Amino acid sequence: MNDEIKMQQIHRRKRLYEAIFFGLFRIMGFMVVLILGFILCFITMKGIGVMSWEFITASPTDGLTKGGIFPAIVGTMCLIAGSMIFAFPIGVLSGIYTTEYAKTGKWVKFIRLMTNNLSGVPSIVFGLFGMSLFVNTLGFGDSILAGSLTLGLLVLPVVIRTTEEAILSIDDSFRHGSLALGATKLQTINRVVLPMAFPNIITGLILSIGRVSGETAPILFTVAAYFLPQLPTSIFDQVMALPYHLYVIATSGTNIEASRGIAYGTALVLIIIVLTLNLAANVIRNYIQKKIK
Amino acid sequence: MINVENINFYYGKFHALQNISMGMEANTITALIGPSGCGKSTFLRLFNRMNDLIPDTTLTGTVSIGGVDIYQKNVLVDDLRKRVGMVFQKPNPFPKSIFENVAYGMRVNGMNNKKIIAEKVEQALKHAALWDEVKDKLKKSAFAISGGQQQRLCIARALAVEPDILLMDEPASALDPISTSKIEELMFQLKEDYTIVIVTHNMQQAARVSDHTAYFYMGELIEYGETKKIFTNPDKKSTQNYVTGRFG
Ligand SMILES: Nc1ncnc2c1ncn2[C@@H]1O[C@H](COP(=O)(O)OP(=O)(O)OP(=O)(O)O)[C@@H](O)[C@H]1O
Ligand SMILES: [Mg+2]
Repeated sequence: MNDEIKMQQIHRRKRLYEAIFFGLFRIMGFMVVLILGFILCFITMKGIGVMSWEFITASPTDGLTKGGIFPAIVGTMCLIAGSMIFAFPIGVLSGIYTTEYAKTGKWVKFIRLMTNNLSGVPSIVFGLFGMSLFVNTLGFGDSILAGSLTLGLLVLPVVIRTTEEAILSIDDSFRHGSLALGATKLQTINRVVLPMAFPNIITGLILSIGRVSGETAPILFTVAAYFLPQLPTSIFDQVMALPYHLYVIATSGTNIEASRGIAYGTALVLIIIVLTLNLAANVIRNYIQKKIK
Repeated sequence: MINVENINFYYGKFHALQNISMGMEANTITALIGPSGCGKSTFLRLFNRMNDLIPDTTLTGTVSIGGVDIYQKNVLVDDLRKRVGMVFQKPNPFPKSIFENVAYGMRVNGMNNKKIIAEKVEQALKHAALWDEVKDKLKKSAFAISGGQQQRLCIARALAVEPDILLMDEPASALDPISTSKIEELMFQLKEDYTIVIVTHNMQQAARVSDHTAYFYMGELIEYGETKKIFTNPDKKSTQNYVTGRFG
């Protein structure tokens, strides 16, 4: 009798804890969504007013207080593409190397240490480094090339890490199944490991694109132009970029009050670009996931 | 066909196989039996050098197949594995379609004639007693079939490469009695062209299908001989106890 009451109490307590913690998790989850939603709404409401065809297709005029932001959009696109062309293959290949080929040993430990340290370095330091190496020593000047390389370096650790994690999460039994059929190691990586790891590697790409498109410090001394209405014609040209343009019109424009709306509009465009690219990457990921399943 | 001489195998310092010598003839089925952890899988993996993939292991002695020492420097491991197929303890199909799973071995070995691949895929699936169940969904994912079907798919996958030797590590442990007996039937058929080494915990199965049986205990080969003898009149007491189920 006594025992039964005790059991009931224990059960009730278990259920109570269950309820409390699930509630807590749910609240936290909602909070995150809420905060994100709030930021998006805020930027959208403030920025939607200046949105027009002209805004996204024209150059800035009247001391950055009127006109559009087209050169900055093009510039940011160039930098995203340039840095990804550089960082993605190198990052993925070195991630494959450290996980599939040099599994143990000092060399790998060293690479891991370096990549981890690299991801902790403030982005302004990358900016300075990029200026000294790419702009001055290698003589690229302030250019898309120098900026892309600097941004590429910045996100390289992210790409390497996500590649490593994607590859490490694949069970060895798949590799063994392939090798036991007479496949070489390279065939196994190409035909079994990479297709399985690809969806998660894409996550690294998404994170990198977000990072690259939003950074100001690394492009400050390597590529970004204050005002440059012409579009670039080669990788050795300077460009305007959205985050830097935003910074300029919000802090040091000719008339900060007058360009407030443009600042929010620029922010909105930046967010839309990042979200669109993420969405595209997600679509690709889902497509591939469906294909390999 | 297969010849093992004075094998010792170590995982780090752990002495997993101790001084084993034995031979297996072509076109026979050899069953490896013994309690869990006695080294059957380790022994089996010597023949296609899958143990090479485990770091920090040491092997001494010689393993030869068809008179060639397979651990010689100039042996190409992927060629060896093409000739010595393996079915693993746990089914491990690739996240590809059923068809592509079976075609995989042919593709990595350089075959790209679509017609031949399709023929061999069908043949292998029929051999593995799976064809009737999957013939209408060859394009479907291999993950969308049951565990037992997956295991037969893995058998088909190994057969499609047409090896000389087939290593099977408890291939029937995830199978229902009907597919188990289908697999056993298949093994009798395969014996004409293949040499089969099978690990099994099922004494009846070992007695039914194999020509020779090897009993392992704690990394040692206790007794090896004709299956009939091992099961009816073994030389060692410990073998007797194990095959009659009086063991531990
Ligand atoms: N990768 C490994 N690293 C270290 N020790 C291992 C490894 N694989 C197996 N062993 C050890 O070697 C011994 C033999 O293992 P093995 O897998 O060959 O046994 P088994 O006879 O196949 O057992 P089971 O019937 O349970 O499959 C065991 O004691 C096991 O703990
Ligand atoms: Mg085993």
